Amino acid sequence: MNTAGEAVIRVKDLVKNYGGRRILDGISLDIYEGETLVVMGGSGCGKSTFLRHLIGSLRPDSGEVWMFGKNIAEASEEAMEGIRKKFGMLFQSGALFDSMTVGENVALPLREHAKLDESIVRIIVKMKLELVGLRGFENLMPSQLSGGMKKRVGLARAIVMDPKIVFYDEPTAGLDPVMTGVVDKLTMDLTKKLQITSVVVTHDMNSVFRIADRIVMLHQGRIVEIGTPAQIRNSKNPLIQQFITGEAEGPISFVQTSDNYLDHLTTETA
Amino acid sequence: MFLETLGKSTLEFFRQMQAMGSLLVRTVYWAVAGPFKQKPVSRRGFFAQTVFSGLHSLAIVFFVDFFIGVVLAMQSAYQLEQMGATMYVAALVGVSMTREIGPVLTSLVIAGRVGAAITAELSTMKVTEQIEALETISLDPVRYLVVPRFLALLIMLPCLVILGDVIGIFGGYVVGVTQLGLSSGLYIDTTLEFLTVKDILTGLLKSAVFSVIITMIACHEGLSTEGGAEGVGRATTKSVVSSFILIILADALLTSFFYFAKT
Repeated sequence: MNTAGEAVIRVKDLVKNYGGRRILDGISLDIYEGETLVVMGGSGCGKSTFLRHLIGSLRPDSGEVWMFGKNIAEASEEAMEGIRKKFGMLFQSGALFDSMTVGENVALPLREHAKLDESIVRIIVKMKLELVGLRGFENLMPSQLSGGMKKRVGLARAIVMDPKIVFYDEPTAGLDPVMTGVVDKLTMDLTKKLQITSVVVTHDMNSVFRIADRIVMLHQGRIVEIGTPAQIRNSKNPLIQQFITGEAEGPISFVQTSDNYLDHLTTETA
Repeated sequence: MFLETLGKSTLEFFRQMQAMGSLLVRTVYWAVAGPFKQKPVSRRGFFAQTVFSGLHSLAIVFFVDFFIGVVLAMQSAYQLEQMGATMYVAALVGVSMTREIGPVLTSLVIAGRVGAAITAELSTMKVTEQIEALETISLDPVRYLVVPRFLALLIMLPCLVILGDVIGIFGGYVVGVTQLGLSSGLYIDTTLEFLTVKDILTGLLKSAVFSVIITMIACHEGLSTEGGAEGVGRATTKSVVSSFILIILADALLTSFFYFAKT
C-alpha cells in the first residue's frame, strides 16, 4: 500500500442529481499516487457516475474534483484537454473504434496529440500491444477480436500516452475466469512497472481482493467504508459482508422501491 | 388536451432546431478554424466519406432521376398534346428537373441512404461508448466525426444533383425522341433555349441547403442516441423521417422565396 504518496485526485463533497434522484450524495475521497483504488458497490450505487465525474465527462451539481492541481468540475474545455492527455480510460466494452484496425486504434491518441514520426508511432504501438500480450495483432479489425482481447486493446490505447492515472470501468465484466485473471494481472503489472495510479470500478469480488491497495464501498451514492482489503474483509458492516458473500437477504435490498407493496399492487399505474 | 400536445410538440420541435443550430455552429467553427487550431482532420476520413456519399450513391441517383425524367416527359406530353404544344415537353422537363425535381428527389434519396447510414454509425458509436472514448482522448466528436461528413455531403450532393439533372433530362429526351416524334436536335435546342443558368444555380443552392439539413439531423440524432440497439433503430428512423419533412419544408420556403424575389 502506498498511502504515503501525494494525493493525485482529491474529491470534495461531490453531489449529482439525475432526474430528481440523488445519484451521488456528498462523496469525499483522496486517491494517492501509485495506488490501486477499487470502487465497488452494487448496480445503481453510483459508481459509474462517480467514475464519469473523475474523467470529466459529467459535471457535478456541487463539489470539487481536483486532479493535477486543477478543479475539473469547473475546468474550461482547453484546460480539460491538457488534463485528459495525462490519464487513460479503459471502457467496459473496450470502446474500440470499429472502423479502425487494432493498430490504428492504439495509435490514434499519439497521432492526434504527439508530434512524432510515423515510424516511432509504430514502434510505440508495438510496445504497448506487447505489454498487453497482443503482439502481431496490429492489422486485425476489432470485430475479429474476442471480448477479452478487445479490453486488452482498449487498455493498450489507454496507456499509449504514458498516463499518470488509468481509470478502469468494470474491466473484468463478461470475461471468463482465466481472462479475468489475465486482465487483473495486467492491471497490477502496469501499476507496478509504470508507477501508474489505477482507479478501478468493479463488482467482481475476486478481482477486488486481488488487485486493490484500498477499497471504497459505495451504497446509494455514499461512501460506506474505505479501507485495505484486509480491513474490508473483516469489516463488521453488514452491508459489506452481504456484498462480499453475495447473500440475497440483507441490508442491500433487492426490491428497489420503498412503497408499500399492497399499495403498489392496488394502485393503477398509467 | 389537444392544445397541450400541440404546445409540447411545438416546444420539442424548437428545442430540436436549437440543438441542431448549435451543432451547425460548432461544425462550421471546426470546419473553418479547426485546421489552424489543431492538426487538420484526417484526409482519409474525409475521402472515405466523399466516396461513400457521392460515388456509391451514383447508381441509385441515376436510376431514380432517369425514370422521373421519363415520367415527367410523358405526364407533360399528355397535357401539352391537347394544346398542340408537344415540343415544350423539352422545356418543361429541363426547367422542372433542374429547379425542383432533381434537387428534391436526389436529396430525399440521399437522406435515405447517406443520412440513415450516418445516424446508424454514430448512434452505434454512442451506445458502445466510442463517442465517450473519443472525448477522453481529447478528440471532439464534432471535429472528428461530424465535420468530414458535413463537408463531404456539402460537396457531393450538388455534384450528384447536377449529374441527376442531366440523367433526368436524358430520360425526357428518350421519351421525346422515341415516343413523341420530336427530333433529337429540336429537343436539345428547346431544352437549351429555355434552360437558364439561374435555374441550375437555384437547384444547386437548394441542394446545398438540403445537404446541411441531412448531415445536421443525421449527426444530431446519432450523437444524442440513448438506449442500446433499440435506440439505434429509433434514431435512424427519426433521422430519415425528420430529414424528409425538413427537406420538403425548406424546399417550399426556398421556392417561394425565389418566386417572390423574381417578381
